[in-house]
Amino acid sequence: MEWETVIGLETHAQLSTVSKIFSGASTAFGAAPNTQACGVDIALPGVLPVINRGAVERAIRFGLAANGKRADNICRRSVFARKNYFYPDLPKGYQISQYELPIVSGGSVSIVTRSGEKIIRLTRAHLEEDAGKSLHEDFQGMSGIDLNRAGTPLLEIVSEPDMRSAEEAVAYAKALHALVRWIGICDGNMQEGSFRCDANVSVRRPGGPLGTRREIKNLNSFRFLQQAIEYEVQWQIDVIEGGGTIGQATVLFDADSGKTREMRSKEDAHDYRYFPDPDLLPLEVSDVWIDEVRAAIGELPGERKKRFQESMALSEYDAGVLTNDRETGDYFEGVIGASLASGEARDRADFKLCANWVINEVLAKRNADNLPPWQFAVSDDTLGYMLGLLRNGDISARTTKDLFAEFWEASRAKKFSVQGGSKSMVDELIASRGLKQVSDTAEIESIIDQVLLANPKSVEEFRAGREKAFNALVGQAMKATKGKGNPATINGILRRRLGA
Amino acid sequence: MHNATVSELSAALTAGKISSAELTKLFLERIGQLNGVLNAFVTVDAEKSLAQARAADERIARHEGSRLTGIPIAHKDIFCARDWLTTCGSKMLANFVSPYDAHVIERFNAAGCVILGKTNMDEFAMGSSNETSYFGPVKNPWDQTCVPGGSSGGSAAAVAPRRAPPATGTHTGGSIRQPAALTGITGIKPTYGRVSRYGMIAFASSLDQGGVMARSAEDAALLLSEMAGADARDSTCVDMAAEDYTRTLRQPWTPDGSSDRPLQGLRIGLPREHFGEGLAPEVEVAVRAAVAEFEKLGASIVDINLPNSPLSVPAYYVIAPAEASSNLSRFDGVRYGYRAPDYADLLDMYRKTRAQGFGAEVKRRILIGTYVLSHGYYDAYYLQAQRIRRLIAQDFDAAFKCCDLIAGPTSPTVAFKLGAKASDPVQMYLNDIYTIPANLAGLPGMSIPCGFGSGGLPVGLHVVGNYYSEARMLCAASHFQQATDWHTKAPGV
Repeated sequence: MEWETVIGLETHAQLSTVSKIFSGASTAFGAAPNTQACGVDIALPGVLPVINRGAVERAIRFGLAANGKRADNICRRSVFARKNYFYPDLPKGYQISQYELPIVSGGSVSIVTRSGEKIIRLTRAHLEEDAGKSLHEDFQGMSGIDLNRAGTPLLEIVSEPDMRSAEEAVAYAKALHALVRWIGICDGNMQEGSFRCDANVSVRRPGGPLGTRREIKNLNSFRFLQQAIEYEVQWQIDVIEGGGTIGQATVLFDADSGKTREMRSKEDAHDYRYFPDPDLLPLEVSDVWIDEVRAAIGELPGERKKRFQESMALSEYDAGVLTNDRETGDYFEGVIGASLASGEARDRADFKLCANWVINEVLAKRNADNLPPWQFAVSDDTLGYMLGLLRNGDISARTTKDLFAEFWEASRAKKFSVQGGSKSMVDELIASRGLKQVSDTAEIESIIDQVLLANPKSVEEFRAGREKAFNALVGQAMKATKGKGNPATINGILRRRLGA
Repeated sequence: MHNATVSELSAALTAGKISSAELTKLFLERIGQLNGVLNAFVTVDAEKSLAQARAADERIARHEGSRLTGIPIAHKDIFCARDWLTTCGSKMLANFVSPYDAHVIERFNAAGCVILGKTNMDEFAMGSSNETSYFGPVKNPWDQTCVPGGSSGGSAAAVAPRRAPPATGTHTGGSIRQPAALTGITGIKPTYGRVSRYGMIAFASSLDQGGVMARSAEDAALLLSEMAGADARDSTCVDMAAEDYTRTLRQPWTPDGSSDRPLQGLRIGLPREHFGEGLAPEVEVAVRAAVAEFEKLGASIVDINLPNSPLSVPAYYVIAPAEASSNLSRFDGVRYGYRAPDYADLLDMYRKTRAQGFGAEVKRRILIGTYVLSHGYYDAYYLQAQRIRRLIAQDFDAAFKCCDLIAGPTSPTVAFKLGAKASDPVQMYLNDIYTIPANLAGLPGMSIPCGFGSGGLPVGLHVVGNYYSEARMLCAASHFQQATDWHTKAPGV
């Protein structure tokens, strides 16, 4: 029987503010427990929350970025609400969140999968505070509470149930991850919990009514997201096909077993008793502020992709790969800049050359080494310089590849005094190893004169129509240049001289 | 000296007629004589007080004092004061020593005031008789078999018998005005948002507001000038500069006013709803006489309607408990305060801690609040109550189109006997029937002494002004007190 999977994601992106959403305490990761929790964070009697303007600004930035910079999805007046429940790492006994009136309503994120481009609609994005952390080990049977994380600003981004496979869900999570990093509102560090997803998963007959969903909580890697959804979908199908029904529930994914397990069912669901927080006034956002935020956003991924396609004539695929994250695009543009001396005209072939290099060599290495998007072992300047030499015929493609690989490894092994290498290091290596190609036409012309004189037999064979003889002549010419002749130059001159 | 007003004390301190240390000792001794009987103070710490007094004396000697430097003041135990036990009248916080100062405490400390002690109160400010305090009831200094009102009953019972020159109080439904009325002192609760709530332990955040309990309108003006003003730590505190409320105190209501008719031009509205059923005749007599006195001073009287007033108590007892149920969640035994000694697991710890740490009235309100916010009841109770709240605010808007101030009784009766209403919460809640409407609207209000009932117990006149009209209210009250001597009467203890 055929089943359709329906997935919606709720993503918590930790906002990159220096201080917490309602207090002045630091949000830096990794401090000793409870050293970054002030009176407001530990909920002393009498303390009050004050909204961090930077967190609001980031939420506006997100709203604009997810809506083609239009502001019709930004609520000019949103309301903070209290979500009440008891837990030791929730100091106030309630979480300040947004409920009925979130700051962002609507927007969308575009994803690309094997089946092409798809738009995933966003329901909303709201501001809220994170809870602290319960530590259940190493306290002789007691639990420890670390409130450093309490009050960390989060943007909860809720998608519509628009995804139809684990692949689409991962593509969406990756696109969202790239977007929040691109606009600089979240560092995207998934190990530290800065970006985590809850997946609402259900299955149904294609075209039929929606099935009952189960929510998989707290998935903090794309791999877990994929595995958890795949397991959950199969589990739900098995239950239904075995004659059972799915009950609404919250489940956890166990990475070790690769299975999901029920945490609580709908019957045990909390009644959070949401109501507007009387300690905070409604959050008002002016048009002037939105305009300021919009002006500072800069180019968005979609805009950059379009520019790469239109002004550099890159294919949609290439432009897409190069704009997957901001750093790759910046790197690519850096490579182009460095590959051409100033004022030199760029043409399609230059852009294509640089794009191929970044995609096929650089990204391949970055992925193979499992480096984060902002880490490039060879700097854009260094690579651009190498590609400039290649374009001018100063070094061969083979030499360029070898050089690049050598630089990457050396840089990774921290053998470089300059991070990412430098132009002078490239020059030194080429000079010391004699890697420079001979592209001087006069020099090659005279070498070819000698080759033609010395190999009359091959010349005769070529004129008789044997193409192989041409290659033999090229080989002789290369040999005469001790391998440093520019093959393209040699080819061209030889053909002209042979009248071919 | 203990009968002097704050401005008289201020003059004496500046002139070197008395030192702050001497003054502080005097009041501490007077507190010591009576506290066993009245139970007005939860905490007195002579060492801390005297250290502050000596610092104030040095400051005065350097001519760096302000007009409040060296003045002893008692603070309601709802205000967090650094290194002071801050109990909020509850077993839950009976061991809580605050690591920080509330905004109000900070302001008075900075001005050089001396903390005389922390005053008793209804537990978490929930009560109208000061009988819900974990530290025992406070007695009315006029009649020790009677309640002083609440929740700021300790502050009232400190100021009335001259055991503290002024005291701070807080107000959610009637907690400053009603005890001020029942003990014969002057109390003012400013416009919601005028005084920062930072460091004031929350009962119902949208209603709580700090204020002053004092001997006269003049003292109240002096103290309120120090308390009010913007504070970035409280988002609901208005961004308005502090005013000096004493500046216009003696000015006539309008430039046309004369010295014997200074309130010429003042229109006082009497709400019909506040003079009906439930009002004790002895209270009505005193209030009507006070209104006549205002007329003599030049004021004109208009009858007004506050048609939604009868809905105010029910609406209040939805909104305040709803907010309280959430505000009091932080008292869970995890980080500070009381924790039950024996428990099986986390849930058991919560249950026992809160069952043992909160008193009956607090539990009642947490239960009501939890109920009205619950899924399926929220619209019917909480949202409905918020609608009523808006209607009540509209009543006042309409009323202030035809009058400048609204006057009436503060409380329907004079002080009642201890225990008389303890078992009937609804009767207890009705004590605040005249003060709650203005509070739901966020308006400023005062109670000023205006006479005595047949049993010799004080009666308070309730005055409500429009938003941010504290200076006008205090001016009218001050003229009334220039012409009358009710505010100078003290109980004979």
